[in-house]
Amino acid sequence: MGKIGLIISREYLSRVQKKSFVIMTLLGPFLFAAMLFLPAYLATTGGDSKTIAVIDDSGLFELAFENTEDTFYEFLKVDQETGKELVKNESFDGLLYIPNLDVQDPDGVSFYGSSNPSLSMMGDLGYRIENEIENIKLRQSGIDREVLDNLKVDIDINSYNLSGDDEQESSSIGASAIGYISSFMIYIFIFIYGAQCMRGVIEEKTSRIIEVVISSVRPFQLMMGKVVGIAGVGLTQFLLWILLSFGVVSAIGAVFSSSAGDMKAQQREQLESMNIPQDEMMAEMDEDVLSKVASALGSINIPLVVVSFLFFFLSGYLLYGALFAAIGSAVDSDADAQQFMLPVTIPLIISIVSLSAILNDPNGTLAFWLSMIPFTAPVVMMMRVPFGVPAWELILSMALMIGGFVFTIWVGSRIYRIGILMHGTKVNYKILAKWFMMKN
Amino acid sequence: MELLKVENISKAYAEHQALSDVSLSIPKGSIFGLLGPNGAGKTTLIRIITQIIEQDTGVISLSGNKMTAELVRNIGYLPEERGLYKKMKVGEQLIYLAQLKGLSKAEAKARLKPWLERLDLMAWSEKKVEDLSKGMAQKVQFIATVVHEPELIILDEPFSGFDPVNADLIKDEILRLRDEGTTVIFSTHRMESVEELCDHIALLNKSKKILDGPKLRIKEEHKDGTFIVTHKGQLVNAPYFEIISQKTTETGLTETVVKDFTDGGPNTLLKELIGKVEIHGFIERVPSINDIFISNVTDKKNG
Repeated sequence: MGKIGLIISREYLSRVQKKSFVIMTLLGPFLFAAMLFLPAYLATTGGDSKTIAVIDDSGLFELAFENTEDTFYEFLKVDQETGKELVKNESFDGLLYIPNLDVQDPDGVSFYGSSNPSLSMMGDLGYRIENEIENIKLRQSGIDREVLDNLKVDIDINSYNLSGDDEQESSSIGASAIGYISSFMIYIFIFIYGAQCMRGVIEEKTSRIIEVVISSVRPFQLMMGKVVGIAGVGLTQFLLWILLSFGVVSAIGAVFSSSAGDMKAQQREQLESMNIPQDEMMAEMDEDVLSKVASALGSINIPLVVVSFLFFFLSGYLLYGALFAAIGSAVDSDADAQQFMLPVTIPLIISIVSLSAILNDPNGTLAFWLSMIPFTAPVVMMMRVPFGVPAWELILSMALMIGGFVFTIWVGSRIYRIGILMHGTKVNYKILAKWFMMKN
Repeated sequence: MELLKVENISKAYAEHQALSDVSLSIPKGSIFGLLGPNGAGKTTLIRIITQIIEQDTGVISLSGNKMTAELVRNIGYLPEERGLYKKMKVGEQLIYLAQLKGLSKAEAKARLKPWLERLDLMAWSEKKVEDLSKGMAQKVQFIATVVHEPELIILDEPFSGFDPVNADLIKDEILRLRDEGTTVIFSTHRMESVEELCDHIALLNKSKKILDGPKLRIKEEHKDGTFIVTHKGQLVNAPYFEIISQKTTETGLTETVVKDFTDGGPNTLLKELIGKVEIHGFIERVPSINDIFISNVTDKKNG
């Protein structure tokens, strides 16, 4: 134990003291924050603004095309051909032509653009026209504007999870988000730290320190010391990331929500200036969203998620780390390692690819089996845990995980003890099998 | 008094026999040369002694006790394929390696200091290994081998990578350790260092031990009754001796190598020669280890 302890502490300290570790640990939260907020930021600011020419021969849609932040509509009183010319010489990004249509049988609306229009824009234009026609029809049947506005409702289904002792409000969005993030983190962590294991072994092998060390400690001690030491590095980095990410995300989040508030206020002014009384609705919506987020998190068993995450991270890492270490011991350089990496990483890739299927049916057959197979369980199970998994499944999966990593460590160490002393052998699977079978 | 005993060790890899029935006895306080051409099984034998690999059959014992992983602590091993953690500082690295050998941190520090001073590395102990020259790294490596004061040191090609000055420095250290009672096993192809350092030798070839014993005795046994005679005048073959080679020296004398066929030893031969030429020098030719090595290895190949 003393020697393993020494090896663990060397592996741990030599990595934690590295500049790259400190830099990654400090930058990580910003990268995470960027990953979370950049899409949101891009979505709100949008791309380039577009100007669309509208020729409305019917004269019904004057009100349907209000300018938005990134799309401007300009009504032209010209004929269709002149409009097309204007698009061709790039005065406009597109031309929407509405003929003098019959509300009962709307037909002949066309769009001309200098390139293929995006799906979302076509959808938006279509929606605006449909909506306006609907309104016209409703008015024609004698329903006035106010009644119309009142008709519009927004329904959210509150779902409840009855599996626990007491009825809990559940939220599939919150569960999906947490599941997805933690699955992905496990996937990335196994890759990063598994590869570190492998590179560490290759380094010892190519620098030829291995034989010096191996005359003092057993190969198994050396391998386990490295694997466990790196696990410690992973946990340290992970905990630091959580703390820092939390800080950074909440800081950015605060800035974001205040600017979002500004936007809301502007919109409200606009709406007010159009004499549409919507403040109440807006205020209600705001509160609603916030309380939803809070309750979404509240309905998930956070301590269970954290414990499961730590367990599946560690056990998954041990399972793959031992295999990565064995690969490292068998080859003479990083480049040679590629051919053996593929079969080891396939189960990981399968599990990440199957995540969307798991998300559709977190308690289905596929989800069940993938979360029982130790090679896919860490990633898949983390997707399921936030949705609530029957206790026996979780326990069985964890037991299989433990069995799994004990098995891979056994296999890995048998290859490792021979591989680290072999230089310049062209290694293939047959040779690996031979090493595995070889007695000491 | 033997320190290490190797009894009937055999080891086979899938495709070939690496060692067959090798037995050796290594006396305490000696410098033991383990010789043999490439692939003879030297490294395999050393790896078995240091418990890195396991023998198929046979027993290794250290001071009469069967070798175990614990006992390996009493061995310092400098492998032929050696290296250090490049990113680690010299001092830290030596302490780490000494700790792996069972020393406490404080002990390791205390023992390192004199070694670093003696090998002129004190100024480098805070430097990373990758900043060291090859020779300096080799010295660090040597310290790592001996710092835990093992009873037995195994050095596999210890002088490769050393310039002559540092090689001498290490040679002196090896001799000093021997004088303090440490036993040294020395595996090499470099016969001149064997000649200089070793008390005992063993020769391995094609997985078998073909020769072992005290260096002087082996040399004695390999004498083939040839003498180097320096003389004035012409010497021709006679019934009692045969001329093997002949050359003229700088001083105008002739140097002839003769093989003795008399049964009476050097004096009888000398008497024969005195009658024929004026003798200026008469020396028995003792075979070098190199000669013994080459003749034994090629013998085996032909046989």
